[in-house]
Amino acid sequence: MKTTERSAGLLIAGITSVEGPIIRVEDTGIVAYDEFVEIIDSKNQTRVGRVLEVGENFAVIEVFSGTSGLTTAGTSVRFSGRSLQVPVSREMLGRIFNGMGKPIDHGPLPLAHNFADINGQPINPTARIYPRDYIQTGISTIDAMNTLVMGQKVPIFSGSGIPHDLLANQIVRQARIGSQAGTNEERDENFAIVFAGMGIKHDVAESFRNAFTESGALNRVAMFLNLADDPVVERLVTPKIALTLAEYLAFKCDLHVLVVMTDITNYCEALRQISNKRGEVPSRKGYPGYMYSDLANLYERTGRIKGSEGSITQIPILTMPNDDITHPIPDITGYITEGQIVLSRTLTAQDIYPPVSVLPSLSRLMKDGIGEGKTRADHPALASQLYAAYAHVQDVRSLASVIGEEELSSIDQKYFEFGRAFEKQFVNQSFSENRSIEETLTIAWRILSILPKTELTRIKESDIEKYYGTA
Amino acid sequence: MTDAAAVITWINGPVIRARGSSKIAMGDMVGVSDQNLIGEVIGLHDDEMTIQVFEETSGLTPGMPVYSTGLPLSVELAPGLIGSIFDGIQRPLPVIERKTGSFIGRGFGLTPLDRRTRWSFTPLLIKGNKVSEGIAIGSVPETGVITHKIMIPHGISGTLTWVAPANDYTIDEVIARVETEHGEEPITMLRRCPVRKARSFKNRKEKNEPLLTGQRVLDTFFPLVKGGSAIIPGGFGTGKTITQHQVAKWSDADVVVYIGCGERGNEMTEVLQEFPKLIDPRSKRPLMERTILIANTSNMQVAARDASVYTGITIAEYYRDMGYHVALMADSTSRWAEAMREISGRLEEMPAQEGYPAYLSSRLAEFYERAGLVETFNGDTGSVSIIGAVSPPGGDFSEPVTQQTRQYTRVFWGLDKNLASARHFPSVNWLNSYSEYLDNVTEWWQAETQMPWRELRAKAMQILTEEGHLDQIVKLVGPDALPDDQRVTLETARLLREAFLQQNALDEIDTYATPQKQMKMLELILHFQARAEAVVSRGAIINTIQELPILNSLIRMKNTIPNEQLERLDEIRNALDEQFDQLELLYR
Repeated sequence: MKTTERSAGLLIAGITSVEGPIIRVEDTGIVAYDEFVEIIDSKNQTRVGRVLEVGENFAVIEVFSGTSGLTTAGTSVRFSGRSLQVPVSREMLGRIFNGMGKPIDHGPLPLAHNFADINGQPINPTARIYPRDYIQTGISTIDAMNTLVMGQKVPIFSGSGIPHDLLANQIVRQARIGSQAGTNEERDENFAIVFAGMGIKHDVAESFRNAFTESGALNRVAMFLNLADDPVVERLVTPKIALTLAEYLAFKCDLHVLVVMTDITNYCEALRQISNKRGEVPSRKGYPGYMYSDLANLYERTGRIKGSEGSITQIPILTMPNDDITHPIPDITGYITEGQIVLSRTLTAQDIYPPVSVLPSLSRLMKDGIGEGKTRADHPALASQLYAAYAHVQDVRSLASVIGEEELSSIDQKYFEFGRAFEKQFVNQSFSENRSIEETLTIAWRILSILPKTELTRIKESDIEKYYGTA
Repeated sequence: MTDAAAVITWINGPVIRARGSSKIAMGDMVGVSDQNLIGEVIGLHDDEMTIQVFEETSGLTPGMPVYSTGLPLSVELAPGLIGSIFDGIQRPLPVIERKTGSFIGRGFGLTPLDRRTRWSFTPLLIKGNKVSEGIAIGSVPETGVITHKIMIPHGISGTLTWVAPANDYTIDEVIARVETEHGEEPITMLRRCPVRKARSFKNRKEKNEPLLTGQRVLDTFFPLVKGGSAIIPGGFGTGKTITQHQVAKWSDADVVVYIGCGERGNEMTEVLQEFPKLIDPRSKRPLMERTILIANTSNMQVAARDASVYTGITIAEYYRDMGYHVALMADSTSRWAEAMREISGRLEEMPAQEGYPAYLSSRLAEFYERAGLVETFNGDTGSVSIIGAVSPPGGDFSEPVTQQTRQYTRVFWGLDKNLASARHFPSVNWLNSYSEYLDNVTEWWQAETQMPWRELRAKAMQILTEEGHLDQIVKLVGPDALPDDQRVTLETARLLREAFLQQNALDEIDTYATPQKQMKMLELILHFQARAEAVVSRGAIINTIQELPILNSLIRMKNTIPNEQLERLDEIRNALDEQFDQLELLYR
């Protein structure tokens, strides 16, 4: 070992190799794993990076803003002696930042007295509060059948050409703390929105910004934008910075924070690119074996903790490559998150909005957020019955396509009719339609009443008496 | 801690290398840096060792010291385990919360078990008794349902020279002394036991008692035995975790060890908050009084996932050795396999299938073989049953972890995506699941329920299989084209699915069914089939049967008739007979 001193703060001239976004530096002295690094190129421009691997007197660094223009001799690096920390403050709401957290709205640097490590730390399960308060989104398919609760992480699984951005917009605009059906409590809501865009197109970023502006929410939103033509490695940092701010807002400022992250697929592509450049053993489809842990480190930064009034609810958006739900990105995500909202191309083609495909969709935390005292006593069984009935509709439809609709048994014809009403009246609603939980449940009963009472085997008889055919 | 044994030379995520000692053995637990992060030696090459670190390695630098503990990776065993929640390396999470707040910090030498609590010890043996490994010398009431036996540790045998009188002691106070060949050994209640090696016992016994879960599809159709092992594979959203929770709640094991391996934080919190409130139907005590939780959530350090599985199984074996039936749930073993893959990748080992290391299979084998029904050294009978969830990528059961696990387990509870999306839970697919323990438990069921379990089960399975075939035809031509006797089969199959197999975990009555209730329900449905077939053969058309009001009672019997009022099932049977009698009158 040549040097035994920590090289923190020292400028080390010259790097050994550059390969994609990865550089290797030798004769470094002592460098810490995961240390934050500044890279100064020959034109005296500074970029930042992170130590991925250290040995005796060498370090491997990923450079967030790309390596083009770096020369081996003309580049120097400065190790910071600490991991990447970002400023966090309430003032950051209402502002727009780039993927590295620098303001791009021509405003001043936000004042911050607090700095936080972007990697965060795992929440102790004993310190969590189990999420039980539902969020009313005003969207029937979500509120009735995939109810969100505060502190949950639910991704939207979509595909290109499907209006997931519109749906995310609508959720953000309409989300409020849910109350019991029929009551009309207006609560003081401390909602804040943290938006992380990873590799998104300029017009997508613009449409979100416009939507926030139009709804008057912009002063409650912090946007972090890594655009499609921004450096790829930066995408790996953007959501971490956004979540670091979200944690501060939720657990220190007691706000209910809704985090929208789009597009996770781009994030995973960046992960694959780095892994590939480092020559790591790939697992499925070339994605690194640690993608599960890596994504978990994002998604698990959600929830509620004791001693704080706030919460973090995550709505990551991902476009399934080739609409394939078994692709590693949606697959791994589904294993980590607490459910998923799946959008359907078939419904989109029929111009049904929001095109939520209910059968593969799921909210794992719904069971504790609905029912008596929360939404309405009949809600859980009603939701289960809707699922069962709509699942049967699929069988009936495939049968009808063989033998013809007229040949269906009378019961199946009812199911056929139910299926149509379900999609046209229940799923379908306009972008600006904000249905109360009571309206949603009423529509559900109206369409279920198409079926004979004897088919509603999952609902209590007393509830059938109470609600059947009344809407 | 002694002087530094080695210094760090290389760091790559959870894997580090260090150089400088030939005294540290393979598998030894080490303290990394002055923060004493816990690590385990997983490779040796000359004087350079490879270490996996169970805590976050951010901020470590080459040149930092590595300390030897001289022990292999171990767990602490003593009263106080039950009702606790630990992380993967047995650090008590509530204590961590008190120390570092809501987020998990690192690097503090926490003892897993509290040293100050005093436990009420009662001696079982006296001075002069001969003792050896596993012999109980005293007992401690640990919770309302568990009496903790204090056993002679591994490697000690001789004559008791002193046993403490009945009183309250802490776990590291001496409570006995044994005169051995090598001198007198003090005995405390606390044991340290290596986790990677199975604990020993006298011999294995034949398994023929079912591990009841109260879940009809599992108990009646695909039974697990005490000491057996089962696998629950299923894609995301098919209900693996709910099934695991149901078994943890209602199984008739004495002790439950629940390992949340690389899963969601909120799920562990749910268990933590729910179990103390739930009452065990047998002991009438809170479920937490028999439960040990090990939580390694998906965002905790990956190497600790590997450790969590071994920590759990070693604790399970310890209670087995006291003569308890222990059920161990691991959710999900795929995350453990992935942790192996990640570490293996960082070591640049040659990958086998899908990037998993070639030793995946042997690790799984070693783990599942630690299940078993045994006679302990103390002469008791105890068991460890393993129920491992597997999360196959894309729900595809042909992937390596599912296939390899299948090799070493004898019960397969395959979860089905289509059933799950119709919200048919538990979504166990009855056509591809199996149990190899049918012969083992046949006698038990007969004796317990006084009903021909095996025959009823076979009949029901036959109907469901036939439905599978008929469904293909129905899909092509519609049900109306089938003859009425086949439609009776379809109708019975529907009853089996909706009234029997489907079980609502959230319904107070339906969540748990006794073997008696299961058998009576099944018999009733098959009785329906017999009567329906008879009346159809006389010329009745299927619609008249479908319109019988009894069908509604049959479908609702699971959540209207509690386990304590099974005589009400006889009333349904009478009503059923009455309605069919009347129908038969029309077709005489």
